[in-house]
Amino acid sequence: MGRKLLLEHIHVPGINTLAVYREKGGYRAVEKALKTMSPDDVLEEVKKSGLRGRGGAGFPTGMKWSFLAKPEGVPRYLVCNGDESEPGTFKDRFLMTHIPHALIEGMIVSSYALGAKTSYIYIRGEMMPQIRIIENAIQEAKAAGLLGKNILGSGYDLEIYVQPGGGAYICGEETALLESLEGKRGNPRIKPPFPAVAGLYGCPTVVNNVESIAAVVPIVNDGGEEYAKIGIERSTGTKLISASGNLVKPGVYEIEMGLPVEEFIYSDEYCGGIANGKKLKAVVAGGSSVPILPANLITKTIQGNPRLMTYESLADGGFVSGTAMGSGGFIAFDEDQCIVRNTWNYTRFYRHESCGQCSPCREGTGWMEKLLYRIETGTGNLEDIDLLWDIQRRIEGNTICPLGDAAAWPVAAAIRHFRDEFEWHIMNPQEAQTRNYGLAQYADPLEPVVS
Amino acid sequence: MADEIQKFKVSIDGITIEVDPGTTILNAARKIGGDIVPPAMCYYSKLEGSGGKCRTCLVKVSKGSEKDPRPMPKLVASCRTTVMDGMEVMNITSPEVLDARKGVVEMLLINHPLDCPVCDQAGECKLQDLSYEHGTEQTRYEFERRSFERIDIGDKIQLHMNRCILCYRCVYTANQLTGKREHGIIYRGDHAEISTFIENALDNDFIGNVIDVCPVGALTDKTFRFKNRVWFTKPVDAHRDCPSCSGKVTLWYKGTDVIRVTGRKDEYDEVDEFICNTCRFEKKHTDDWVLEHPTDVSDQSVIASNHYHAFNPPPVIKEDAQLKEANIEQLARSEKLK
Repeated sequence: MGRKLLLEHIHVPGINTLAVYREKGGYRAVEKALKTMSPDDVLEEVKKSGLRGRGGAGFPTGMKWSFLAKPEGVPRYLVCNGDESEPGTFKDRFLMTHIPHALIEGMIVSSYALGAKTSYIYIRGEMMPQIRIIENAIQEAKAAGLLGKNILGSGYDLEIYVQPGGGAYICGEETALLESLEGKRGNPRIKPPFPAVAGLYGCPTVVNNVESIAAVVPIVNDGGEEYAKIGIERSTGTKLISASGNLVKPGVYEIEMGLPVEEFIYSDEYCGGIANGKKLKAVVAGGSSVPILPANLITKTIQGNPRLMTYESLADGGFVSGTAMGSGGFIAFDEDQCIVRNTWNYTRFYRHESCGQCSPCREGTGWMEKLLYRIETGTGNLEDIDLLWDIQRRIEGNTICPLGDAAAWPVAAAIRHFRDEFEWHIMNPQEAQTRNYGLAQYADPLEPVVS
Repeated sequence: MADEIQKFKVSIDGITIEVDPGTTILNAARKIGGDIVPPAMCYYSKLEGSGGKCRTCLVKVSKGSEKDPRPMPKLVASCRTTVMDGMEVMNITSPEVLDARKGVVEMLLINHPLDCPVCDQAGECKLQDLSYEHGTEQTRYEFERRSFERIDIGDKIQLHMNRCILCYRCVYTANQLTGKREHGIIYRGDHAEISTFIENALDNDFIGNVIDVCPVGALTDKTFRFKNRVWFTKPVDAHRDCPSCSGKVTLWYKGTDVIRVTGRKDEYDEVDEFICNTCRFEKKHTDDWVLEHPTDVSDQSVIASNHYHAFNPPPVIKEDAQLKEANIEQLARSEKLK
């Protein structure tokens, strides 16, 4: 049984209320940090913990905090990124729905460490129930003296505001989020300057994912070193994984970093294997933006080592045979799923969500979507595959924000690993409308040939 | 001297120049001039915050600075990246940059109607120049291009979204010259479009400048629409005492008629000073203006076919007596015009 830090008390009835949350040891971190630690002590613990951003990029949180500029007389802000909209990721929603106080507690401690007097929680507009829940939790915390002026007699003041977003995927990009928070159109800013220097209203700002902020609580409670004991190498602590797709038990799981992927998929403690006795065909390991991998590459790296749930191990092999941890949106596909259709669906999403600011992403995502639609509906040509490759290559790395890369990688990986399925779709347009390509050589282990 | 500003040394395609700190790579390249200047479709030096969007000015930074010589991992937008001391930049010497630029031009063109034969901007269109220099001969795009209805923004300006490349220049112009936020972008992604606040007629006195800043034919002057091809007109610099703007303009003559008035543009097609709507739309008579001199037009431009520069006979490859005779005759004729 893996250790749980965030979801330890998830099954306690009423854990979403302040009373039960405190009964279970909640807000210990606030008391500890505000009464016995200086802001730099908290920062030092977070650095020691090796916590990496849980929103997708995996940038060390402690390092991000230490980059925050601290000029005199200028306010600093902490912004929590709750604009979770990556297809396949739903961990932040789960956390905010069931243990809202974990986020509030993390916000108080993190704001204290950064010296922020005003903090914002930006929540995606579609998550109206969660916005209500967080607002209630803030009210509860305020009534208990955990927020507002002079928190717990420490002399530290903090106000937390919830801002509903308009429901754009792009507003999950930190600078677009800041623009949206300022009341403007959610276009990503051109960096530099980075938010740590000039973020919200031109002031130094840190933007962190919901899960990263919640993870600060156990770090402060038990110390950074204790947190760093969980996990392997530079992937420390626990991670929430949103498992979906053709699994026996899809849902949100808290795993210790370093869990083998195979165990995560097949063990009864976690997903319990592939539903309906089917076989695994492919996995998107970290939300729709990361490269899709066929079954044989997701369970083992190209060197034949077991692939683990860590930032490093998932990325092993680079783009050629690896993927990325991303935001932890684990989507499993069984033998009945069509990779072409899935890739088209992802691209349709990116086309719809591209902000339209820079040309390669604006035009390229639409072009890829049209080509993939053509292949999927049986009117594609073989040259389309090479053209798709060329388009994604020219989008990747040439855009203002990572949305361009996120749109390019799934297409690149699908073509790289499932090219024959694309070719089969094009060569057999009639058949492709009635049945799927199936497992082919991606199954692991391969079915022995019966002659 | 202590308060002397330290200059940064930067090399672009092997040409070294010293510039003030805070200069962008693009502006450093423009100081050098010539072929190494990256093309820029969205950057406009007079508009704060512009640039970074079209991605045509991407360059490779092969050495970050003297202190930190690591190269930058990705291509950067030269219009928004400031130079560091000892920075080395590759533009036309980097195949990676040229390939990326080719990709960007292709992307810009896939939804462009390519209706140059009926477009008023043809001849002074930045997208035409760009695709001529960096584009491919054939399109690989086999789908219907997106199309929009033409919209009149007020009685003098027409918006033709089909041609728009969403450079945001007009948005910045409207925001910065007119104070009110009435002109902006609606929708997202490849269905984004320029729009005014519920199709408002923009009546600000400086709104005509959106025509000048538009790099393509998306925003056109309705008083000039379909009047003439730009290469048949002759630009002349002129000025007048204008109460609201500098009054320094370029008049575009067809015969003795002023058929269009624009701001004075430099070699990168950026206006020197923004002009008011009265100068632009109302004063279309030679009597309204004090003429200065013919506008200096680059001999690379199609407008220069009106021979403001000394006539250069095309190089004669074959000995052709008849052609030589014709050239001499034409040279004599053009000498007279000077």
